Amino acid sequence: MSAVPRDPAALPRLGWTLAALVLLWPLLRLADFEPVRLLDEGNLRAMGHFIRGFLPMETSHDFMALLGKAMVETLAMATAGIALSLLLAVPLGLAMTRGLSVSRIGPGRRAWIGTLVRALVRALLAVLRGVPELVWALLFVRVFGLGASAGVLALGITYGGMLGKVYGEILESTDGRTARGLLEAGSGRVAALFYGLLPHAGGELVSYTVYRWECAVRASVVMGFVGAGGLGQLMDQSMKMLNGGEAASILLTFLLLVLAADGLSEFLRRRLA
Amino acid sequence: MGFSLKGVGLTHANGFRALRDVDLRVACGERVALVGASGAGKTTLLRVLAAALRPDTGRLSLLGTDPWDASPATLRRLRARIGLVHQAPPIPPRQRVVTAVLAGRLGQWPLWKSLASLLYPLDPEGARHQLARLDLGERLYERCDRLSGGQLQRVALARVLYQQPDLFLADEPVSAMDPALSELTVALLNEEASRRGVTLVASLHAVDLALRHFPRVIGVKEGQVLFDLPAGQVREAQLRELYAAEGSVPMAGLAVLPDAGQPAAAAPPPLRCA
Repeated sequence: MSAVPRDPAALPRLGWTLAALVLLWPLLRLADFEPVRLLDEGNLRAMGHFIRGFLPMETSHDFMALLGKAMVETLAMATAGIALSLLLAVPLGLAMTRGLSVSRIGPGRRAWIGTLVRALVRALLAVLRGVPELVWALLFVRVFGLGASAGVLALGITYGGMLGKVYGEILESTDGRTARGLLEAGSGRVAALFYGLLPHAGGELVSYTVYRWECAVRASVVMGFVGAGGLGQLMDQSMKMLNGGEAASILLTFLLLVLAADGLSEFLRRRLA
Repeated sequence: MGFSLKGVGLTHANGFRALRDVDLRVACGERVALVGASGAGKTTLLRVLAAALRPDTGRLSLLGTDPWDASPATLRRLRARIGLVHQAPPIPPRQRVVTAVLAGRLGQWPLWKSLASLLYPLDPEGARHQLARLDLGERLYERCDRLSGGQLQRVALARVLYQQPDLFLADEPVSAMDPALSELTVALLNEEASRRGVTLVASLHAVDLALRHFPRVIGVKEGQVLFDLPAGQVREAQLRELYAAEGSVPMAGLAVLPDAGQPAAAAPPPLRCA
């Protein structure tokens, strides 16, 4: 009777876990992370005061009309930004997906060209999303002046970079045998995507896109600071006038939008399942 | 215009030598069965014939073309003419049967047609016809995750039948079917290949199925061709050598192994799938 050999992966696993913890500690120190200060009495009082300023919520008719208009503007900006980002993300994400590469089968002649193109696309996507949308917005404000165009363009570029990368990685991590089987039978990349990958990954792609749209709604707060209008600008004004009640109403609107996005995502996922 | 391999060898990325120095000539319209133990290299050989794996050594000609010397466009047209039935059907569970079958012609259809057919199936009659031959005609609009393993395997088969390839390859196409259905399905494959006059190569786990239905049988062992004979000349001793590592010769079980000299050519029964 020989004993079952010990799991050869156990020791490296322990090592990596310890290494991660050892790395994490100085990072927490560096970030000045001291959660105990949350419970300090003076700090608790200051926070309580700040939050009390939010009540009662502003519900006057005039403000609600303003809020409604701002909400529609924000939705329009976020939606236009996401639509623009899809124009970037879909082709780039597609180009980045190894599972849709015909030249990798075999591998064929000049497969290195495909590898190079994928590396370049990956780098391009990193540049697009590596620059924060606020910086893009400040850049485009110099072209378009104050207004929504700069915000939409900034959202489109940054979110194009994020969506493209994640689309590529979602497609990569789904079962690639279907698409590969189709490519091996002479199908083109786009047809293989629609027949082979989307049936597996469609729900994932939709839910990530809707989540990004939700993020774009929040990001439009930042856009408001460069004069793009919408809830962000309204928030900016309320905060500057120290009107906590208005800020609370705006925050509640955000919450409703997030819930709506969640519901939409859930609905679409169920439709696609 | 069948295919030919000369000195073909292939080592997988993990270092496993799946094929060594394989020489093979199969003429157009021949019907060949590949038999051998698991891990002998049957799947690798079929994938090389499907232009899906590139051999490390040797020369390869498929339907008159060297796939690894051809331009991308030529290679794609060549691949559209080769149909491989995979052992594990590569079909998304959420896809409908009709879509899975029509996907067989993606290599022939222009992109607009492929995409339009996703919205509204453009040739449901064509798909239904092939499914009906496998007794799945009524499952046309069902989702593939509602099907059993054997039914899914028949959908995968219907896809390649619908593709109408000039080189028909099948990797254990009946592994999930019961003996009676296996018999009928293998007979259908042979009938289709004979009727269209195309080359058929199928790997089979059950040796008796191979001997009963295919004129030519190739035994593969450790990545090499052990024997390459007309079905009637395959001897039991050769089969025992082929499956020496497994201990016994795998059978589907509907007929006995032929005695020495007796060709195994039982007439295939009419197709009537259970």
